[in-house]
Amino acid sequence: MSAVFYAAAGMGRKVQGEALVAKDGFSARYDLDRVRGVFSRPQHKLAWQSYVGRVLVLDAAKGGVATAWMLHEMKARGVVPMALVLNAVNPIMVQGAAHADFTMISGFDLDITQAIPHGSLVEVDPTARRPLIRLL
Amino acid sequence: MKLNDEEEAMRAGAFGAPAQWAIEHQIQVGEYLGAADFVAVSSAHVMADTESLGLAGVEWVERLATQAAGQRCLRVPTITDPRGTDFAAAHRLQQQDWMLDLERRAIAAFEALGVLMTNTCINYQTIMAPVFGEHVAYGDTGVVIYCNSVCGARSNFEGGPSALSAGITGRTPRYGYHLAERRRATLRVRVEHTPRDLNDWGALGALVGRLAGDYWQVPALFGIERVPTSDEMKHFGAALASYGSVALFHMIGITPEARSETDVIPAQAALPTHSIDQGQISRLQSSSAAATDKFDLVVFSAPQLSLMEMQQLAGLLDGRRASIPLLAVTSPQVKPDADRLGLTQKIEAAGAMVLSGMCFYQSYAREIAEANGWKRLATNSAKLVNIIAGYGYQPVLLSMRACVDAACENGRIPR
Repeated sequence: MSAVFYAAAGMGRKVQGEALVAKDGFSARYDLDRVRGVFSRPQHKLAWQSYVGRVLVLDAAKGGVATAWMLHEMKARGVVPMALVLNAVNPIMVQGAAHADFTMISGFDLDITQAIPHGSLVEVDPTARRPLIRLL
Repeated sequence: MKLNDEEEAMRAGAFGAPAQWAIEHQIQVGEYLGAADFVAVSSAHVMADTESLGLAGVEWVERLATQAAGQRCLRVPTITDPRGTDFAAAHRLQQQDWMLDLERRAIAAFEALGVLMTNTCINYQTIMAPVFGEHVAYGDTGVVIYCNSVCGARSNFEGGPSALSAGITGRTPRYGYHLAERRRATLRVRVEHTPRDLNDWGALGALVGRLAGDYWQVPALFGIERVPTSDEMKHFGAALASYGSVALFHMIGITPEARSETDVIPAQAALPTHSIDQGQISRLQSSSAAATDKFDLVVFSAPQLSLMEMQQLAGLLDGRRASIPLLAVTSPQVKPDADRLGLTQKIEAAGAMVLSGMCFYQSYAREIAEANGWKRLATNSAKLVNIIAGYGYQPVLLSMRACVDAACENGRIPR
């Protein structure tokens, strides 16, 4: 039976994809080259890796307010992650996900970056009675 | 969320399509974050630069403006964060025409909605500082942390769509820092060295931000030996918000909600406790400087410079000549005074460039770096150091004096 981890909150649609996992933060402005679709902050644990179409499993939402617009812009161009799975959100990430109709779940009773293996195939379902991420 | 009759009517479309979209967006956000209801706000502050909005965002605001045509769309005064350009200097920065065209479209759309294009991230210094207990919806992390902490106002980080929603509906979901119980300290930080220069205040903010770690943490600082100035609070708060995503801090005996420790720390609360000394503040700065011995440009921005910072910069440049690009970014409110008082002339006579209404990192920083051959950047803003590496720069945090020295010594770092 596949492992399932439940989140405190979620929004967006059910998706499947490859997990890109790191004990690090997420900010569209601070961390990404949004043209090339890669993490571009040299200190980021996923530096130079492509985030396009991946399920990002990260620790906490970081940085400023720009992500609220940027998720929408990234989605319009199709240079966007499949979903975000975070231990802790900030309001900006929630606002951005809501505006972009983007899949996101957050808030676990364990460190989700330790629970999901990097590179694993996962399903993220914010529409379930309890939002969840499942290892496939 | 519990909605009153007016909010139900907005949701049903009785106040038009923009209000219907806005309150639906706010409900989605509020329910995710556990808001019980809405709270009325007195003003909103919207991030509106096109580097963030992109073409998709500009087209989206244009559609909203079209829907709002002929209606009074905003319920409370709504102002803007810095733009992506200073049109007067855009070609000197080698910004491209498509960037300026997009900026013009965004400005037209926001103005059609009734937004006041103030283009500033220091509205608490130049437009109108909120008063203690005032609920607002502000959309720049530096603005939010300053207004929450120094003014005692109440705001969460409100991204562009949410801040605009608050302007349209005149309210925001009641969660986070609108709630008294969320404003209590969650960690103690003993500061063993009171910073002197603005870059040191920024470095302290960076260190506290790293300790705090996420949006829901509220640091309480002990040991600050004097009341910081508005500019010192500005640099400290901007860095703390940037490095930690923190929206509220208390300085015991200084900030208005923390006249004493017991105001913000419940009795017997066992909070995590940390200390920060002078060595840590120095090492944070020297670590970035170690990898660079020569700069391509110097930038004073993030936050925009106050009139006092402009005066300090003019004094440091007096009788000197910058031999690499030196950009000084201020607000459209400060710039006319700087012009009138001769500060702009003094700065530009030294070969530097005064820019107004923009912010360096919001101004297509990656593209102008490539166009100008810029990579190694000196600044006295810890916030800018934290952000700009993701745009391909190698930033170094120095004092304003050291930055000016470097600019006047062909980019060589002063030792």
